[in-house]
Amino acid sequence: MILSVASGKGGTGKTLVATSLALALEGQEPVQLLDCDVEEPNAHILLRPSISSSQPVLIPVPRVDEDRCTYCRLCSEACVFNAIAVAGKAVLLFPELCHGCGLCSYVCPQRAVTEEGREVGVVEEGLAGEIRFVHGRLAIGEAMPGPVTRAVKARADPAAAVIIDAPPGNSCPVVEAVKGSDFCLLVTEPTPFGLHDLALAVELTKKLGIPSGVVVNRDGSGDGQIEEYCAEEDVPVLLRIPLDRRIAELYCRGTTLVAGMPGWRRTFLDLWESARHLATPRRMSHAGDRRP
Amino acid sequence: MKIAVSAAGPSLDSQVDPRFGRCQYLLIVDSESLAFEALENPAVTSPGGAGIQAAQAVVDEGVEAVITGSCGPKAYQVLSAAHIDVLDGVSGSVREAVEGYRRGELKAAAGPSGRPHSGMGPGIGEGWGRGMGGGRRGGPGGGRGGGRRV
Repeated sequence: MILSVASGKGGTGKTLVATSLALALEGQEPVQLLDCDVEEPNAHILLRPSISSSQPVLIPVPRVDEDRCTYCRLCSEACVFNAIAVAGKAVLLFPELCHGCGLCSYVCPQRAVTEEGREVGVVEEGLAGEIRFVHGRLAIGEAMPGPVTRAVKARADPAAAVIIDAPPGNSCPVVEAVKGSDFCLLVTEPTPFGLHDLALAVELTKKLGIPSGVVVNRDGSGDGQIEEYCAEEDVPVLLRIPLDRRIAELYCRGTTLVAGMPGWRRTFLDLWESARHLATPRRMSHAGDRRP
Repeated sequence: MKIAVSAAGPSLDSQVDPRFGRCQYLLIVDSESLAFEALENPAVTSPGGAGIQAAQAVVDEGVEAVITGSCGPKAYQVLSAAHIDVLDGVSGSVREAVEGYRRGELKAAAGPSGRPHSGMGPGIGEGWGRGMGGGRRGGPGGGRGGGRRV
């Protein structure tokens, strides 16, 4: 099963939940943790993997051979991102605006536009105990996390238990991280801010057709609005983690919940099972067996 | 001479728009006869590269100079490549600006005057996957605006 952990509001406890799930499953079955918050990866702080490989992530940007170019401007007219401009007899490229869609090279009648790679980040892989760990780091100053997120997800092993730690928010980087997963755990806190962004996150998962369930973190710190909302929307609350200063202290020292309080292991295994029962059944493989 | 003036409205009595890339109109004016054509700026709703798009529109018109309040670095690059003078720091009506141009009172800019994205007002996100309108941290999102690149 591919399970993603998202939230809406930031700072609710996605990484705490994702890393705890990974540690609970470790040893039970092959498990992978993909930290898809490529702008601010943090799962490595909790799991401390030893990184064994680092690969650059490239997006294709145009390169114009001005010997072949006739300044017909088809490329700049085609580009919706304004990354190519033709001014008189000069072709100007703005690679930082380029989304690597390839349209310019496709439309050029002189085949003057070729593509070269521009590095936008890296993907790193390693092991944390038996947990196979992958994360991405978007290069500083880059505006688009998408290509790096996709590069991280490309390392997913569908035969393993895959846990995706998504970025906060409800926008493109989250969609990129969460899409294609079989189940989405939404971690929230029982406050008006938590509820507001949870509602957006639930809508997002519904639009993507991914079944979801809620984890209420810091339960007891707010009110019952989350529970009311979940009952109305028919979204199950699968776990409640109480407001407990000791959990926060451990986390601040780089120790996630299951690592610092191993008694929680059983609870997280149950959480995984609950999610599995509610998840989209995977498509039949060619051999006809049903994967979990 | 054929010149372009960034304008807030479609007439010679409209104010010079202080932004080039995201101005409402580009007035293409014959500085001698004051005959003119008002173009709606195609770049006004562009999420990125607005200056580039506006500059291209102006290059297509075959103008020799651009009169504006401020012109960002990418627009400046495109206009320079086409050997078009950028006369910035100009305010007042379009008519007054053209008059000033005819009298030789306007100076060509040595470089871009505007900061990147200075035409975008507060609260407008950059789009293209950067969290437009989604609460990224703490509560409802309203984009990341502030008129500067964040």
